[in-house]
Amino acid sequence: MIKSMLIILLSAMLTDNFVLSKFMGICPFLGVSKKLDSSVGMGMAVTFVMICATLCTFPVYTLLLAPMGLSYLRTIAFILIIALFVQLVEIIMKKKMPALYKSLGVFLPLITTNCAVLGVTILNIDSEYTFAESLVNALGAGLGFTIALVLFSGVRSRVENADVPETFKGVPATLIAASIVSVSFMSFAGLVEGLFG
Amino acid sequence: MSEQNGNLHEFTKGIIKENPTLVTLLGMCPTLAVTTMAENGLGMGLATTFVLVCSNAVISLLKNVIPKAVRLPCFIVVIASFVTLIEFLMKGYLPELYDSLGLFLSLITVNCIILGRAEAFASKNKLLPSILDGLGMGLGFTLALFLMGSVREIFGMGSWMGFEIPFGTPMTIFIMPAGGFFVLGCIIALVNKLANRKPPQSVGCAGCPNSVNCSSFSENGGCQNK
Repeated sequence: MIKSMLIILLSAMLTDNFVLSKFMGICPFLGVSKKLDSSVGMGMAVTFVMICATLCTFPVYTLLLAPMGLSYLRTIAFILIIALFVQLVEIIMKKKMPALYKSLGVFLPLITTNCAVLGVTILNIDSEYTFAESLVNALGAGLGFTIALVLFSGVRSRVENADVPETFKGVPATLIAASIVSVSFMSFAGLVEGLFG
Repeated sequence: MSEQNGNLHEFTKGIIKENPTLVTLLGMCPTLAVTTMAENGLGMGLATTFVLVCSNAVISLLKNVIPKAVRLPCFIVVIASFVTLIEFLMKGYLPELYDSLGLFLSLITVNCIILGRAEAFASKNKLLPSILDGLGMGLGFTLALFLMGSVREIFGMGSWMGFEIPFGTPMTIFIMPAGGFFVLGCIIALVNKLANRKPPQSVGCAGCPNSVNCSSFSENGGCQNK
């Protein structure tokens, strides 16, 4: 039980990292990773929304859509639930927790239509995870996203100061740096099997 | 005459001048994820074009009916409906492509390009220009994906659209995630070199349509509401 949870967590975090090997959430990955503190804030906001989105969408799918044979409606249902929920959290956070809102809440509007959030909810259904496994998968995916963002913000601050050819300055250089970080994440392949196999 | 020129402009701008992937850097996720083969890139591009044209048409027709305050959720429902439709069509007629695109077919719903065009163009313009805008942007996206897919397939698998290409040993890294970032970076640099302009300096969530609700961006890149 615990072993299978750990396998899901580590796979989602490292071997199948959401950003660097599944290519989800590239927009915030390239957009907000300029500074360390904003990377942490964005990462935490995404993790929080992923877990909450799974909390909301999983019961709706298993209790409502699947028994009624409406599973094809999941894309529409999920995106609406996520959009509604994020808006709600933002309003509550702004009123009740202004300090938290300042560090996390400011990123919420930007991640409503983030493909990583919708991706993780659909992936949970497609992989036929149980409710607990889905939550662990969402946690792992969010943490993996945070790790990728934090690591990349470090790499990026070096790239910004480096002397790159004129044609590559800006986004092309950032993408090539991302490619190198992605290569380093490839070394995690086999880690999970090695630990638990 | 001038109206025709205007319509033609709406169609052509998306293909090269304002190419959504290579110039405005929208819709990066599918661009990187499904382009391991030219065929997949083409399929994804055409599926997105279909959704883009249909959603632009419907949103343009409904622009006076949809209340301004809840326009984004309304747009998302329209877009998600067409995505569900294309999922059905592809599952029925092209099951192999359906399997290889997988999750990313559903994720067309959250492609920045579609919501972005709905917000920036279709909700403000008439039916015909909106359809042409969608078609142009869609074809521009398809072109970019096809280009990415071709480069990655030729170098990574030594084939193109399923045909063998005798080209030394294939370099598998090109079809791995790292190769995706690398090829996209090189193509963007090349396009900007050919167009003789500076490469884009940053890509941001400012490109994502939800940020229309932000009045400004805070120091840490977050969104500050009105």
